[in-house]
Amino acid sequence: MSTAVLGQGTRPVGRGRPGVRWTLTGGAGLGLGIALSWFSLLVLIPIAAIVATAGDEGWHGYVDTLTNPQTWAAIKLTVGQSLLVTGINVVMGTGIAWVLVRDRFRGRRLLDLVIDIPFAMPTVVAGLVLLSLYGPKSPIGVNVSNTRTSVTLALAFVTLPFIVRTVQPVLAELDADVEEAAASLGARRVTTLRRIVLPAIAPAIAAGAALSFARAISEYGSLVLISGSLPYRTEAVSVRVLTFVEGGDRTSAAALATVMLAVALIVIVALDLLQRRVARRG
Amino acid sequence: MVELPVPARWAVRLAAVAYVFLLVGWPVITLAQRAFADGFAGFHAAMSDPDVTHALLVTVEISLWAVVINTVFGVGMALLLVRYEFPGRRVLSALVDLPMSMSPVVIGLALMLVYSGRYGWFGPTLEAHGLVVIFNSPGMVMATCFVALPLVVREVVPVLEEVGDDQEQAARSLGANAVQTLRRITLPAIKWAVVYGVVLSLARSLGEFGALKIVSGNLTGRTQTAPLVVEQKYDNFAQNEAYAVAFVLVAISVLCILVVSLLRPQEESTS
Repeated sequence: MSTAVLGQGTRPVGRGRPGVRWTLTGGAGLGLGIALSWFSLLVLIPIAAIVATAGDEGWHGYVDTLTNPQTWAAIKLTVGQSLLVTGINVVMGTGIAWVLVRDRFRGRRLLDLVIDIPFAMPTVVAGLVLLSLYGPKSPIGVNVSNTRTSVTLALAFVTLPFIVRTVQPVLAELDADVEEAAASLGARRVTTLRRIVLPAIAPAIAAGAALSFARAISEYGSLVLISGSLPYRTEAVSVRVLTFVEGGDRTSAAALATVMLAVALIVIVALDLLQRRVARRG
Repeated sequence: MVELPVPARWAVRLAAVAYVFLLVGWPVITLAQRAFADGFAGFHAAMSDPDVTHALLVTVEISLWAVVINTVFGVGMALLLVRYEFPGRRVLSALVDLPMSMSPVVIGLALMLVYSGRYGWFGPTLEAHGLVVIFNSPGMVMATCFVALPLVVREVVPVLEEVGDDQEQAARSLGANAVQTLRRITLPAIKWAVVYGVVLSLARSLGEFGALKIVSGNLTGRTQTAPLVVEQKYDNFAQNEAYAVAFVLVAISVLCILVVSLLRPQEESTS
């Protein structure tokens, strides 16, 4: 009933399928070999190159890069804004998912459709879209460009779909009987929401929050035009990495990139664990 | 089911609609107005700029290559992950997701460190044999493949798990070979999942910015793509052109969403 583009997309792949698996035969073995070679050339070796390059100047060089005041300010800004935006998403995303599943009104399908726009839209265009309403020539007289608010706005825009799309299917499949049983036993609405609905959708909220945090930490394109990338004020980590790359300082770029890689890995592991909790409940 | 009292229901509904409208709906409408501020003639003039038309062509070409490669890889990888047992399967299935949470800038850097003709691990050797990867189409296709890598796999895996392998085994036992089974049984079953994966990959590929900014070298008229043109035009105070190109890209992404959302319910009702 929903038109969730991300409905299945946010589910980590290939886990916990019961049943028989085939062992690799000749053709499949060759296929696996080709797939793994391509995957290594495209993803694994380049990631290894980042880790190797980050160590070029030893541990001290690594720590110096990260504790450079301008870089440290970028890290603090990015982590702080990502946490803030994830918090906003936990509240608004869950609310929107609730409205999409439980509410009926004209325009609900349109709302469902608009949620996916940030996911499909080019990131640099997302920045420009926000600038056209909240930029220097704003028709409503609100100009947030080159401020921290612009960073919050851009990150909120690009991470909008994540929690909505992870919570929506779980909420839709929730068993109505349990809620009715709670109500018939005299539970008030607030109690039912807090004791029945919330625990059921909590793992989905957490999974969506992890995705949205990871996306916010690594965001680049949407910030380029709207944030102005002012050092110490609105410069995000990925902008800093790009500055290092363009300045030819590969070691510093790689050092900072390893931190972002670590965050990405932690999120992947967290999602895997959360997903298994969801699967156990389902 | 819990029914919110009427005032609370209206409050939640209003908050959700207002948030999405202020964050996405209204800005997109304003962008469209900006793109056509000088009427259709202004939009047409922006689109006739040779740099813009070239960038759009480059974007389409690179994206199509990346989507074809990712579709073949994605379907193959999904089949291997779901149907076969081999050591390291779970690690591989987690690693396939990694590009999803990696910064495009980090992806661009990673490819540079391996394939750059000046300092990459393999780059100088490859260039000695005549294959220029970085600041050239192969590197741009690779960067685009990298960022959109998990999309097809993620769509196909759940469907493969759901349909199970009964029919495939039946086909095998009736004497079908592997290719026949794949073509007559497996592919028709995952057809729609592949279509969604392809549309999502296409949207993601057309819009890639950060990774391409690094590996393409952003050479106007040569390796510059449409999203890179948007940034350059905006920075060079050619804002009308920036808005016009941005509008084209928004229109394509909205079209992709529409295609997926129109296809998905159909499939759900027939299956």
